[in-house]
Amino acid sequence: MTTQENNLSRRDFLKLGIGALSALAVLEMGGVSLFFMQPRSLVGEFGGIVNAGPVDSFPAGSVVEFPDGRFFLIHAPDGGFLAVYSRCTHLGCTISWEADKNQFFCPCHASSFSTTGDVQNPPAPRALDLFAITIEEGQLLVNTGSITQRDRFTTDQLTYA
Amino acid sequence: MTEQKLTWKEKIFYTTPNDDRSRMRTVANNLILHIHPTKVAKPALRFSYTWGLGGISSVLVMFLILTGVLLMFRYDASVENAYTSIQYLETQVAFGALIRNIHHWSANLLVVTSFLHLIRVFLTGGFKKGRALNWALGLFLLTLVLAFNFTGYLLPWDQLAYWAITVGTSLLSYVPLVGTAVSNFLLGGPEVGQTTLRNFYAIHVAVLPAILILAMSFHFWRVRKDGGISQPEPGERERVEKVTTIPHLVQIELAATAVLTVVILVWAIFVPAPLEALANPSHPPNPAKAAWYFMGLQELLLHMHPLAAMLLPLTLFIGIALLPKLDTQEDNIGIYFRSHKGRFAALFGALIGTILVPLAVLLDEYWLDLPGLFPTWPTLITTGLIPLLATLAMFGLIYGYFRKAGKLNHSEAIVGLFSFIMTSFVTLTLIGIFFRGANMALVLPF
Ligand code: HEM
Ligand code: FES
Repeated sequence: MTTQENNLSRRDFLKLGIGALSALAVLEMGGVSLFFMQPRSLVGEFGGIVNAGPVDSFPAGSVVEFPDGRFFLIHAPDGGFLAVYSRCTHLGCTISWEADKNQFFCPCHASSFSTTGDVQNPPAPRALDLFAITIEEGQLLVNTGSITQRDRFTTDQLTYA
Repeated sequence: MTEQKLTWKEKIFYTTPNDDRSRMRTVANNLILHIHPTKVAKPALRFSYTWGLGGISSVLVMFLILTGVLLMFRYDASVENAYTSIQYLETQVAFGALIRNIHHWSANLLVVTSFLHLIRVFLTGGFKKGRALNWALGLFLLTLVLAFNFTGYLLPWDQLAYWAITVGTSLLSYVPLVGTAVSNFLLGGPEVGQTTLRNFYAIHVAVLPAILILAMSFHFWRVRKDGGISQPEPGERERVEKVTTIPHLVQIELAATAVLTVVILVWAIFVPAPLEALANPSHPPNPAKAAWYFMGLQELLLHMHPLAAMLLPLTLFIGIALLPKLDTQEDNIGIYFRSHKGRFAALFGALIGTILVPLAVLLDEYWLDLPGLFPTWPTLITTGLIPLLATLAMFGLIYGYFRKAGKLNHSEAIVGLFSFIMTSFVTLTLIGIFFRGANMALVLPF
């Protein structure tokens, strides 16, 4: 009787062992695959800081596109600067500047944005994203690695020379 | 042996034995044929019951695998070379354009046939009597088909590809909790680029085919385990006649495959698969449209906050997956529309769908401006929650109307509601395809 019980429990022990080892193996393979598939770090993309040029080369009220940096440099009438990411906040299409209508327009679902990046026409849910601007020795430096989301335009977002 | 006079059927199947027992043995022992039972119920063979849609989908998958493997020998999944390798295929490779066209059109047709297959299974109650698992598997197959199309869409690296995938992956990032992680993984960077192309290629040619073949085998096996495809309950002392699979079923399958092959081939010879200009990340085309089968979703996106535009189909998807739990009346299995009243409900549902949807689109386009009415409310509420709840309430109303005013039972009312939802979806898709022009403004197609 006892041997039978012993036999049974040995079988159970082996079963449990195999089960546990298999589970461990699956977990390990899963972990390895997960790490393998990890996207590389996204920090500081687009080659980081773009020198947009001297401050005084942008007349007040102008909007200039920097296609490689993926942004528009806006010089507000009051003298402040904004760098807006050219990616539509709706679903990521590239916006274009329509000088005749004084607005940014996205052809994908027809969102439009004002000169400050505010939503004029949905479906875009929020104003255009901003890149940080610093001014050093009269040069405008736009940090394309640092994206700020905002709901709407406020004057404290402007950078002054 | 004495000379026998052969009928034309026997001539076509001259290698198969012509007594029932050896025919049944052939089916059981043949690698391909053994997915069939040796005998099938005669009424299950009626073409106007299944419309052969599952079978046609299976054959299309076969075409796709054959042509897909060929394409892999000529395609180069790099941002620099992808577009040129397709151009090379189109102009220099012998039969390159033909193989690409067959692949392209089979993929498009597969979306249509698997969708219609779903509709037919729903209408005949094919998810009833223990078929809940296979219904769920079928939905999974449909998702796979869409995933195949989504990943394959990027590979030519033309304008269409680039912007459809940009929009698609941005949509993902609205999904709470996991969305951004999944979208980052797929993109492998801040925008669609080399890593994205490589990821999509690996998923399209390795991951998805492996899953699809397993899932399809599972699907077929379940059909047999569930006792063959659904049939009306036989009456009291009625016996369902059974016939041998060879030739009765195999013959239909061969004929359907032959017709399908000719149709696809002729279509592929005369209609080239589209290829637009090389992808240009700084200028989306205007209008930038998704693939046609995602145009219903795109149309929703014009009217709703992205989160709502995703929650609505998701809710419907879950509802459809749970259908076997929602409609448990089993005595109407195998009967199109459940009953005569159900047929009426389906017709009526389709009618209000085709009327209400264009009205709602026009209303939102020209008159209703919720964010303008409540400028201080977040868009998540004005263009998200409000239209979402209104749509769901509409579904409830229609169901209630069928139950109360139409005096239909639960099962029949669901047919009416399902018909309303599906026609609405198709109508939205048609509006997106034909009535949206430059700047996504409403236009007339003629
Ligand atoms: C790759 C796509 C698919 C393939 C190749 C496929 C293939 C098939 C085949 C060959 C059959 C036998 C009956 C017939 O031809 O109609 C079948 C039956 C069935 N399919 Fe599919 N199918 C696919 C997608 C789907 C979808 C999207 C659904 C629905 C959610 C679904 C649910 C079912 C069910 C429940 C049955 C049993 C029907 C009955 O008993 O009447 N399948 N499928
Ligand atoms: S992506 Fe710009 S409006 Fe949709």
